[in-house]
Amino acid sequence: MINRKRKELYPVTVIENNLIKEDVHYLKLDKKFSFKPGQVLAIALKQNDEPRLYSIASGIDKDYLGILFDVNPDGQLTPTMSQLKSGDQLYISEPFGKFLCEGTPAMWIATGTGIAPFVSLAESNKANNITLIHGARTIDAFYLQDTFIKILGENYNRFCTSEQQEGIYHGRLTTYLQQQKQLPTDYKYYLCGNSQMIIDVREILIEKGVPFDHIIAEIYF
Amino acid sequence: MAKEALYGKTLNELKEVMTELNLPSFTSKQVADWLYKKHVASIDEMNNLSKKARALLNEKYELGLINPESFQESIDGTKKYLFKTVGSQYIESAYLPEENRNTLCVSSQVGCKMGCLFCMTARQGFQKQLTSGEILNQIASLPERDTLTNLVYMGMGEPMDNIDNVLKSLEIITSDWGYGWSPRRINVSTIGVVPAMRRFIEESEAHLAVSLHSPFNEERKQLMPIENVYTAEQVVDTIKQYDFGRQRRISFEYIMFKGVNDTAEHVKGLTKLLNGIRCRINLIHFHPIPNSPLQGSDRSQMEWFRDQLSAKGLNTTIRKSRGEDIYAACGLLSTKKLISSGEEKDY
Repeated sequence: MINRKRKELYPVTVIENNLIKEDVHYLKLDKKFSFKPGQVLAIALKQNDEPRLYSIASGIDKDYLGILFDVNPDGQLTPTMSQLKSGDQLYISEPFGKFLCEGTPAMWIATGTGIAPFVSLAESNKANNITLIHGARTIDAFYLQDTFIKILGENYNRFCTSEQQEGIYHGRLTTYLQQQKQLPTDYKYYLCGNSQMIIDVREILIEKGVPFDHIIAEIYF
Repeated sequence: MAKEALYGKTLNELKEVMTELNLPSFTSKQVADWLYKKHVASIDEMNNLSKKARALLNEKYELGLINPESFQESIDGTKKYLFKTVGSQYIESAYLPEENRNTLCVSSQVGCKMGCLFCMTARQGFQKQLTSGEILNQIASLPERDTLTNLVYMGMGEPMDNIDNVLKSLEIITSDWGYGWSPRRINVSTIGVVPAMRRFIEESEAHLAVSLHSPFNEERKQLMPIENVYTAEQVVDTIKQYDFGRQRRISFEYIMFKGVNDTAEHVKGLTKLLNGIRCRINLIHFHPIPNSPLQGSDRSQMEWFRDQLSAKGLNTTIRKSRGEDIYAACGLLSTKKLISSGEEKDY
């Protein structure tokens, strides 16, 4: 006899839907649950849909749950999510996940919407002794960078591959890491983004002598 | 315009094709028979179909079968085949002949998104999902096809990350109108993508193999990023919610890394985690991949570990290593063959 117990989804109201770049949105949801920074939500349009996972991109003391997402035109969820308006409803799970990044000193490394858990951590006062390496193709793809400029100051390092601007490194973050004669081997390294970035960065870190057990990655899939 | 592949379509999908072509519904059963039982090489060979039906099918469809591009053979008879997929990507399948059985290990994705530290396929990143036809082509176009007795989904990719196509391929293999295999001849692996694993358990009857590699959350996170969102504990709790009956097997795969996951603490951790599940633990020797920080445990340590777990009542075996001389880790052949996509990276 099969006893199906899937993750329960609960209705939640959209407070705001902000377009922050073409096809990239920051959704503010009613704060239905408390959570630990670094955790994820399973999100679906209907209660019985198969949900997708999104990192929470807001601090624990904010009165909303922030979700950063880019629109996958072939996806079943994000094209509709991008059209949501204040007062609309969608379904979320209770927060879960273990990418809590509790080790310090640490280097956080992210690209794209992989910055989301670090936004939550920084806004939750978990950014002491942290250096952030943030990669993007264009200047406007450093999503939610104001948070990091304010909280991390000089420890916030942006790497842009296709555009130049003062205060932002022009080039790949992998090239930067590769060019470092030494990387601190006693640091923890927390990586978040697509799998290819994680693999490439992890290989460089290991090659530079960082023990593999100091590297924790969250992969978006 | 490229023709659509017939191979990999379920009976229902074949019925839709026949409806679209204004052909009688029973043609779908005939076509399934030619595809999956008689293994024809072209639509023209389907000689109980009318000429008109064959012409209509030929206009829009092809079989979609592709022969392996090359293979390597081990001294123990293991053969590793390299298949090219649409778009010049490569996947690997391993044929493992034994005295009483011949097993094929198939891939379910080109590359993989999961980023496990010890996996060569992970180094390719993710390139694409295989269609059900591309999964089945690894069987259909295998020179040893007719000698196969068992099938494992343990090649490149995470099967649960391509669950729709994996389930479709399983439906075709196990249906009377398809290959007609018993699901007990098939084993599907996962690192523990819980929602899809739940679908697999409910919608298939095949065996399940969970890649565990550590019973401890912090340590498993270092080896397998999936642990951040779906912990081993959740995976095991999910499995405990189902009745698998006497015939359906659950196994836990455990690659042994020297000094990392092969201690007495791990014996205790595994015993606690797997308490109450009727399962088998397969200990696997780690084949080092280039630039890996991990090393395989010694044979003596693996035997000690097996004996400790067995003494705790856990059915534990050391998996026999196959094709060591050509092994070099699953994913190596195709990684060498990987044609750079030239896609611009944002990091």
